[in-house]
Amino acid sequence: MTQTEIDSPDAKRPGLTRRQIYEAQVRRRSMAIAAGSTAAVLLALVVLIPLAPGWEGVKKSFFNADVFARTFPGLLEAFLLDVAIFAWSAPLIFLLGLCIALCRDARSPALYPLRLFGTLYTDIFRGVPVILVIYLIGFGIPGLGLPRPWNSPYIWGTVALVLTYAAYVAEVLRSGIESIHHSQRAAAASLGLGHSDTMRFVILPQAIRRVVPANMNLFVALQKDVALLSFIGPVEIFRQAGVYKSLLANFTPYVGAALIFLAVTVPATRYADYLMNKQARARS
Amino acid sequence: MATLDLKGVTKSFGRNTVCSGIDLTVGDGEMVCLIGASGSGKSTLLRCMNLLEPIDDGVILLDGVDISVPGLDPQPVRQRIGIVFQSFNLFPHMTAVENAMLAPRRVHKLTREALLPEITHLFERFGLADRMDHYPDQLSGGQQQRVAIVRALAMKPEIMLFDEITSALDPELVGEVLDVLRHLRRAGMTMVLATHEMGFARELADKVCFLDKGVILEEGPPEKLFTDPKEDRTRAFLARVL
Ligand SMILES: Nc1ncnc2c1ncn2[C@@H]1O[C@H](COP(=O)(O)OP(=O)(O)OP(=O)(O)O)[C@@H](O)[C@H]1O
Ligand SMILES: [Mg+2]
Repeated sequence: MTQTEIDSPDAKRPGLTRRQIYEAQVRRRSMAIAAGSTAAVLLALVVLIPLAPGWEGVKKSFFNADVFARTFPGLLEAFLLDVAIFAWSAPLIFLLGLCIALCRDARSPALYPLRLFGTLYTDIFRGVPVILVIYLIGFGIPGLGLPRPWNSPYIWGTVALVLTYAAYVAEVLRSGIESIHHSQRAAAASLGLGHSDTMRFVILPQAIRRVVPANMNLFVALQKDVALLSFIGPVEIFRQAGVYKSLLANFTPYVGAALIFLAVTVPATRYADYLMNKQARARS
Repeated sequence: MATLDLKGVTKSFGRNTVCSGIDLTVGDGEMVCLIGASGSGKSTLLRCMNLLEPIDDGVILLDGVDISVPGLDPQPVRQRIGIVFQSFNLFPHMTAVENAMLAPRRVHKLTREALLPEITHLFERFGLADRMDHYPDQLSGGQQQRVAIVRALAMKPEIMLFDEITSALDPELVGEVLDVLRHLRRAGMTMVLATHEMGFARELADKVCFLDKGVILEEGPPEKLFTDPKEDRTRAFLARVL
């Protein structure tokens, strides 16, 4: 190490080791590079896109401030239906997912049918596109000619979402259950706790906590997929945006709808990532 | 209090025979220490004793009753034979006192209120009175092991098994855990320990068994086994660890 480096201004800061000073320098340099390159890309976008021949037309039909202001409140109102569908399907998804995860964990031979059911269930519902399940159940069951409230595509569409997402949640929960160290089961067994008590008081509380971030990501995806119900009837935000589009011959309502989705999903995704990082740190 | 008799206990994992024909008697209020090299089968033998592992052959008698009958419900037996493992097996999402109360609550159907005086007393006895509401990761290794002992004792077992409960601890924490064992010894608890603490075995054990490749090669009172071992392998092992 040469004298000049030790005499650099940073070296005089008290309480910092040589390594910390070096790392701070590297950090500052990489932040400057990141900021510079981001600014360059943004500038290029802002300058170049308006040069495209169709830009004026796109601006008018997608980014029309007037249309945006007129349709945004209506979109927000329609979004409440998305939120409502989300709010009552999320707990059902969790409960059904939990039941299926437990079915798949059943060990005793008498419960083998449950286990088989759990496996088939997750295979089938994870293997079919959500939109197909929504069509089949959302149109198929009301087609049976059920009496008044039971023929609503709103109900059966939601059921389709619940059935599909429960399969994913079940898989996430099962991976959580399997991630709990077997010594925890041994410790519970050695105290004379039975299988169901062990699951309920020892394994599940730990497993569910461990997979909270993964489940949050699933529920963010669910919030978006609620929009798929628009294909079978309920006038939620996506369908409302479609109505506005036809009415005003303008695509701006779709942009508004996208912004509303982003306002909900981006914070939720960030939060899930934050939880995931926190867990990773806690475990290392 | 109770007695435990093992007769010809054999246990294999696949082709690997870990216990082959083990005979062992643990008398009422006795303390038996299992010593032996790593992999000699000490942990496996203890796990067989409270039916965490099914045995392949032989019998295990608890107070003269065969508890190794294939298909027997292991739960009532495990309630009578407590075990504490080497690494920490506390439930990390529960406080120390919740850890200790879970099994009595669920198995004996007692309420928290009914259990609290007794459990508090146990925590006090082992110097943990101010740690009852701590989570395991807020406790030192020695404290965690003492809580694990309290948790096992809360089920009022008649026999306690300890599997190298000090070997994962920093040396300065070993003493406090051994003190707990001394305490139990004085109270007349029937105990079986797998241990590397030869000094401790010598001080307190009624009988020391040297396990080698799944058989008890030599057993006897500590003063005899430690000072005048008959078998060469015992001598070689003791020379390495003492
Ligand atoms: N669940 C298991 N499956 C397969 N093999 C096992 C299992 N448990 C133990 N063994 C094997 O049994 C043998 C004895 O292991 P055991 O843990 O009983 O030895 P130990 O005397 O307790 O050793 P240590 O002093 O290292 O704890 C080892 O060879 C081990 O690999
Ligand atoms: Mg061992």
